[in-house]
Amino acid sequence: MGRLLKYTRRAFLVGTAAITGGVAFGIYETRKKLPNPLKAAPGQAVLNPYILIDGQGITIITPRAEMGQGIHTTLAALVAEELDVPWQSIRTMHGPAAQAYYNGVLIGLGLPFKDYALKNWQEQVQSATDFLPKMLALQVTGGSTSVKDGFEKMRMAGATARETLKQAASARMGVPADTLKTENGQVITPAGAALKYTELAEEAAKIEPPEKVALRPASEWKYLGHDMPRVDMLAKCTGTAEYGADIRLPGMKFATVRMNPRRTGMKSFDAKTARAMPGVEKIIDLGDGIAVVASNTWLAFQAAQAVEIDWEPSNYPETTTALLGAIAAAFERDANSHLRNDGDVRAIFSDPPEGSTQITAEYSVPYLAHATMEPMNATALFQDDSLTIWAGNQAPLVARDKAAEATGLKPEQVTVNTPFLGGGFGRRAEFDFSVIAAKVARAMPDIPVKVMWSREEDMTHDFYRPAAVARFRGVVTGGTATAFEAKISAPSVTRQSGLRMAGFAAPGPDKGHVEGAFDQPYAIPNYSVRGYLAEVDLPVGFWRSVGNSFNGFFHESFIDELAHAAGYDPLDFRLNLVRQAHPPSAVLLETVRDMAGWTGLTGDDKGRGVALTYSFGTPVAEIVEVQNGPDGIRITEAWIAVDPGTALDPRNIRAQMESGLIYGLSAAVFGEITFADSMAEQENFPDYDVLRMHTTPRISVKVLENNKGNSGNHIGGIGEPGTPPSMPALANALYDLTKIRARDLPLNRTFDFAV
Amino acid sequence: MPTTLTINGQRHSTDLPPEVPLLWVLRDELGMTGTKYGCGVGSCGACTVHLSGVAVRSCQLALGDVDGPVTTIEGLGSPENLAVLQQAWIDHQVAQCGYCQSGQIMQAASLLAETPAPTDAQIDEAMAGNLCRCGTYSRIRTAIHSAAARLQEG
Repeated sequence: MGRLLKYTRRAFLVGTAAITGGVAFGIYETRKKLPNPLKAAPGQAVLNPYILIDGQGITIITPRAEMGQGIHTTLAALVAEELDVPWQSIRTMHGPAAQAYYNGVLIGLGLPFKDYALKNWQEQVQSATDFLPKMLALQVTGGSTSVKDGFEKMRMAGATARETLKQAASARMGVPADTLKTENGQVITPAGAALKYTELAEEAAKIEPPEKVALRPASEWKYLGHDMPRVDMLAKCTGTAEYGADIRLPGMKFATVRMNPRRTGMKSFDAKTARAMPGVEKIIDLGDGIAVVASNTWLAFQAAQAVEIDWEPSNYPETTTALLGAIAAAFERDANSHLRNDGDVRAIFSDPPEGSTQITAEYSVPYLAHATMEPMNATALFQDDSLTIWAGNQAPLVARDKAAEATGLKPEQVTVNTPFLGGGFGRRAEFDFSVIAAKVARAMPDIPVKVMWSREEDMTHDFYRPAAVARFRGVVTGGTATAFEAKISAPSVTRQSGLRMAGFAAPGPDKGHVEGAFDQPYAIPNYSVRGYLAEVDLPVGFWRSVGNSFNGFFHESFIDELAHAAGYDPLDFRLNLVRQAHPPSAVLLETVRDMAGWTGLTGDDKGRGVALTYSFGTPVAEIVEVQNGPDGIRITEAWIAVDPGTALDPRNIRAQMESGLIYGLSAAVFGEITFADSMAEQENFPDYDVLRMHTTPRISVKVLENNKGNSGNHIGGIGEPGTPPSMPALANALYDLTKIRARDLPLNRTFDFAV
Repeated sequence: MPTTLTINGQRHSTDLPPEVPLLWVLRDELGMTGTKYGCGVGSCGACTVHLSGVAVRSCQLALGDVDGPVTTIEGLGSPENLAVLQQAWIDHQVAQCGYCQSGQIMQAASLLAETPAPTDAQIDEAMAGNLCRCGTYSRIRTAIHSAAARLQEG
């Protein structure tokens, strides 16, 4: 216990400062039951924060952002599995923003442990941080955590509700509750009478539910572990799904926004021309930008362009070259972290073993935009001293608090509704679009206003995936890696977002900065990874897989260089090192090898590359194949093997793997946001191309369940882990094809791709 | 001078100026939000509708240039009465975030009207202008083949 306690404290300090803040809440607060935000309307019964029953049927609250990852379906399946309700009968809704829906595993994710090698005490510490997000009211969809977070609590919600329904039936029928069964949304008596949940719900809602009920073992699952039809599919195939952009309210006006393209404030503006344009109703001074309210969005777009604005200068370097220079300059300062330091790297470089080869390399990746299909937007209504916001967002309580702050209201005066997100990828974890809509609504009392950003505004005002630079040294001896040293510099997403969202930058080692590099399952005897934080004020944020998105490319490209330097097949080279560190990851390498029929040899016009990244609790191995053709290089095929430990919806997992791979390949081939005069040079899809149907490879996915961890029931994330290995697998395939090692992304700077 | 439009078989009248793109007439004026705004420059396909049965980008089509009947996703089928393509989309669980899918389905419907049994290459060519950031392309292709087969059976 002493050790656990000691490490707990240390972990709190090194994790994020949000954690140290949380400790002060004390034991009582952490155990206090959070209020149920659902209020039953007449004819409705609320059994717990996740289950609402009325005459129409059963609604399951799935309080995470549905941005394509299928989370509403999987969370609903967790509840339905225990509740015994027919799949086709259930409805789902995101529900209100509420502390009750805190994400209990988010902070544990920030602790600087290597997920593949978690020791028992580390697992305990990870789960011991559950109370902190509860107290901090972190209702956040991110970090591929939703299923891990909901795995027990959503099933428990279903199971405890089922028990209260049985108790209600027991009281009504005068039979003992333990003789009752449940199936198909009904309680069944020993005599065979069936009572519908909808009839029992009001009585059940008055019964205090049991604290804990034994959950069903996986062997009895009917929904979990199976391919479930998505609950949002019908709406999304008929144009009836409602995204933030689709909110319609009586008397609504349409607005757009222009903010500083150099990301600071505004000196002054002249809206004379815009104000005179027909259909323009109001120009609003937001302090750091302007909004135009008009009778339709297109008119608002036109008028916004007609406003002349004198912007404040930027507070970051003007050009891409200068930005990368500022990032590289951080190598001259002390490292922020040294989270991997196995063996003695310094000794082996000063006295390398006989017959060994030493190599060095420098890599870089650019800034990237999220480019969600649905540009940023939010709708708001200010009425009777209260504000209602409709915004597709990943952090509704942050949006609530920030909107309240910006409009001089108390958080309880603000309501946040979360419709479907037309893509998130981390961009919608921010609150800027919600705050802008709140300010616009505050200036237009009693009139609902939808603030739709133009694609250009969206792309030039992103919280970008940061550019990053990596410096490597490695030693290979006798066909294997004996030393691996990485130094990684980038602006810190963790610190910047901490400042933005919570008002302070967490001290201590920044795990997110080096994830994908320090925590990889390779048994290299001398293994060192340091992180350097660059001070650059250009806004950066969470981009699908975060630090893994650049470190995956860096780490797995350099491993490939070491394999080639060793004269070894890159897949076998990895296998030898991974097998010793994490056998389930080695199985993935063997699985993709077999899926692809990898022999290490390809024809003259083909190349293949492999990569493995362990991120968000889930290792993923990928092989990518490229082919030379008359019109350039094509990415022809990809094979993916993934192991989340427990696979709740295999078809959805396969879809997320394909999705993650395509998102990563799009970035690897085309993606870069460059800067001139401190402004992003890419504004729309013609400047920021992505993979299309004809440039996307054929993809095969296999889902394995060997990665069970110490507990035997490990469950890893799915939304992000497919992305990191895609980029190095492609670069490694291009090396195989051309013998050119591309160390800078995007790859279309080095290679001609067929488009 | 009001402009008269026929959308999904129904006549609508609007006083908006002729240069307003059809997309915004549909979404803001008529409240038909199934058709999406993605880029405003005709490069993502999210706003695809049919003009006289042929796929067009409604963000690039000025109201004054609408010279035939318009069909939107709402007119192709409804949750109660699905078009064959929509059923195929559901059978193959195509959508993820779903924001691009109205445009994808309208583009695919236009393809099948012209080419009832398209090859992979023909599908690729027809769908090349429709972006999907979730990467649902392989299932879109499968769903188009599947719908084509069903339509051929009659």
